[in-house]
Amino acid sequence: MQTLKIICPNGHLGFAPLRPESFWLGVDAKPDYVAADSGSDDVGPVPLGSDTSTSPQSWQRHDLEQMLLASRKLGVPMIIGSAGDTGSNSRVDLFVKIISELAQKHGMAKFRLGYFYSEVDKEYLRAKIRSGDPVTGLDGFADLTEAELDATERVVAMAGVHPFVELLRQGADVIIGGRSSDAAVFAAPAIHHGFPADNAYYLGKVLECASFCAEPYGGKETVLGEVSHEDVKVTAMYPPQRCTVASVAGHAMYERSNPYEEFFAGGKLDMTHCRYEQFDERTTRITGSRFIADKKTRVKLEGSGKVGERYVGICGIRDPYTIANVDQVIDWAKAKVRERFGDTGYELHYNVYGRDGVMGELEPLRDKPGHELCLMVQGVAPTCEMAEELTMIGLRQMFYARLPDVKGTAGSVSFPLDEVLHASAAYRWTLNHTVAVDDNMELFKTHMVDIGN
Amino acid sequence: MRTHKLHELAKTIRSKNAGVNKITFDIIFRDRENYERVKRSKALSRESVAALYRIEPQRISDFVEYDPGYAIKFTIYRLRPSGCAGDGDIFGAQQYAPLLDLEVAA
Repeated sequence: MQTLKIICPNGHLGFAPLRPESFWLGVDAKPDYVAADSGSDDVGPVPLGSDTSTSPQSWQRHDLEQMLLASRKLGVPMIIGSAGDTGSNSRVDLFVKIISELAQKHGMAKFRLGYFYSEVDKEYLRAKIRSGDPVTGLDGFADLTEAELDATERVVAMAGVHPFVELLRQGADVIIGGRSSDAAVFAAPAIHHGFPADNAYYLGKVLECASFCAEPYGGKETVLGEVSHEDVKVTAMYPPQRCTVASVAGHAMYERSNPYEEFFAGGKLDMTHCRYEQFDERTTRITGSRFIADKKTRVKLEGSGKVGERYVGICGIRDPYTIANVDQVIDWAKAKVRERFGDTGYELHYNVYGRDGVMGELEPLRDKPGHELCLMVQGVAPTCEMAEELTMIGLRQMFYARLPDVKGTAGSVSFPLDEVLHASAAYRWTLNHTVAVDDNMELFKTHMVDIGN
Repeated sequence: MRTHKLHELAKTIRSKNAGVNKITFDIIFRDRENYERVKRSKALSRESVAALYRIEPQRISDFVEYDPGYAIKFTIYRLRPSGCAGDGDIFGAQQYAPLLDLEVAA
């Protein structure tokens, strides 16, 4: 095999549907694989903690159907990583079920479906901590303690290429992965077919977000990557888009603090000496990337822990005097919450839109609020009943805030709804860590089943 | 010397999560000329962005002039990880606005 071609139709399968026009143009280019990652920690800790997807199932099913139809039509493998946003076991099972239903719906001939899980048993990590093998914190997180582990609902490990390569070796036609590095779903087939890791990992890096590496800006369009022993090429499939030197080089820095390197289970991709050339109008050619293998593999872990049940309330303010004194209004309501529930055992948050609701303490213009404000109140407490009452006091008492010189004495805020709304429970990231493993496969159990007739 | 607003010189100014505890900012230029111009002006530096966002310089984990992408990027630590209750920007996608009107003497 001289080159290997992979199309990626979506940088986060399910989060918004793929765009069929460029996808089917990509299919017409006769790729050797159809692949996409379906997860991200961008969606916050709630989906992992509550074991749900943030993506609607109909969108997940839409993209899986398009990709499965293309994969079976071409007779080439399809690979999905980080099933269902979080890559937890239930999300893998969900995607396996959807694939199996789609195969039945379309009366597909028999194919082999490989899948693997990424959830990590908390007792495995406890044993690591107790044996003095630290679970190391990343980006400002302290090393994992047993107390923090106890506060954690669910942990997933970020797979590198290894479980994908293993399932390809076993002859999988479709792979559904648990939590994985985005790039691994593309790097794995390249490595499986003997292409150098230097190019394979770059191929993964450039394809992972689909058309985010193309310009003009526009997501959810298909891009095609081609790896050889010498280089990587990437081409935009959506006719108005092009992969340019600027758009491809620019993509290397997206969502990461260091544009020159990216870490995977088993090593790092070094892009310091990458060279970018415009190969044809819509294609950029990349050479010079390097993969530096680790002596000992450390696998990244993500964990989420429940903080409490949550309600949300919304109100507005139009009186300029009240706007200027909005902190006093909030303090009044907070004092009423304290009278009822004391100082601790709950969380109460106010986002003041029109002042600093988006940026909080980073907002340079927080002393220049707009002519009207929207306040969002969030109350978090151990039970739904308490969260509801807490949020209701925190919201409704703003109506009664006593400002000394206010002209409007019939209510300090406006209510678009005379109620508080039950929201998802609040969670927080508890694990953003790495753990050392002896065997690259030890956290990722693989399975293979036959699907279709 | 004429001054320009950063948005007049840059093609892209954006922010986005870099992992769960950091937000990274990218200022990307269409060509080398504008990129070098802003670089030379020193309008963007650890100190200037710390002042703009009113944060301690230690909260800036990285500040990179990325020649291959004609881009300047910096990354800050969040005070609490993304998606904690009260976080107004789970994706970190709307934190770049103060950069748009940054004055560049170049």
